[in-house]
Amino acid sequence: MEVIKIKGTDDTPSVVLDKDNEIFEISGRSLPEDVTTFYEPILNWLDEYAENPNSKTVFSFKLVYFNTASSKLLLDILMKLEEMYENGNDILIKWYYPEDDEDMEEAGEEYSDIVDVPFEQVSYVL
Amino acid sequence: MDKHNVKGFLEFVYDFYRSMKAHEITLVYEGEITHQITKAFTSLTESNMAKQEESNTVQKKVFHVMVECLQNISKHADTFGSDDYLFAGRGIFMVSKGSEDYHVTTGNVIENRKIEELTDMLEEINSLDKEGLKQLYKRQMREGRLSDKGGAGLGFIDIARKTGNKLEYHFLPIDETSSFFLLSSSISRTL
Repeated sequence: MEVIKIKGTDDTPSVVLDKDNEIFEISGRSLPEDVTTFYEPILNWLDEYAENPNSKTVFSFKLVYFNTASSKLLLDILMKLEEMYENGNDILIKWYYPEDDEDMEEAGEEYSDIVDVPFEQVSYVL
Repeated sequence: MDKHNVKGFLEFVYDFYRSMKAHEITLVYEGEITHQITKAFTSLTESNMAKQEESNTVQKKVFHVMVECLQNISKHADTFGSDDYLFAGRGIFMVSKGSEDYHVTTGNVIENRKIEELTDMLEEINSLDKEGLKQLYKRQMREGRLSDKGGAGLGFIDIARKTGNKLEYHFLPIDETSSFFLLSSSISRTL
C-alpha cells in the first residue's frame, strides 16, 4: 500500500502513514489554510487501509497545537479508527501531550469520551 | 497634500502613536486577513512574548485566541459599501498588553440580519461554566459540519474555554443593512 509521508511546516503537521513499517503518526502543528484539502488524502488513505488493515494498529497523535477547524478533522480520523475497532480490528490510539500542557491533555480526554476505541494518554517532556 | 495638510497629517500620526502607547497596543492592522497575515502576526506575537518571558501557558493561549479571531474575520466578515467580494474578509485586528492581561480585539462589518443569531450564540457561550463549555464543544464537534469556508463553529467556544473569561462584544450600527461587530478577549498574564 502507498506510503503517506508529509513533512511538517509551521502550520501543517508531519504525517506518516506506513502500513508495512507499522507507523501511523500525526505530529506537530495543525492550522492549515485549507483543512479539508490537507486532511482529505489522509482520510482517503485510512478508508483504503481499513479494507485490509494490519493485525494491530497503533495510531499516534503528537500535536503541540491545532486550531478548531483541524479539531473537527482529527475527530473524523478518530471516527474512522473507531469504525475499524467496531469491525473487530485491534486498534490503539496514543495521544501524546507535553507534560505541562493541560489543554492538550484535556483535548485527548475529550476525544476519548467521544469515540469508543482504546485510547492511551502519554505525557512527554518537550 | 499641501504643506498645511502634511503638518496636520503628521500630527495625527504622532497622536495615533501616543494613543497606541497609552493603550499598550502592540499590534494593529486593518485590511484583508489572509493565511499569510495570520502566520505573520502569530509568529511576531510569539517572538515578542518569548522575549518578555511570558509563561508557555500564556503564550499558547494568546496564540490560540489570535488564530481563532483572525480566522473569524477571514471567514465571516461581510462587505460594506461594495458588493465586490474583494471587500469581504477584512477587519481591524489588535493585540494590546496590560499589566495583567493580553487583549485580542477584532472588529468587522456584519449584516444586520445575522446579528440575532450571533448574539444568541455568544450569549449561550457566556452563560456556560467550564463544564458546560466543554459539553458544548464536544457536541458541536460531533454534530457540526465544516462550512464551505472551512469553519467548524467552534472558534468562540474555544476562545471562551482557553481564556476562562466571558466574550466581550458590541455592535455599532453603520446603516440599515450593516453593523460593526467588535469582540474583545482577555488572557490573564498570571496563568
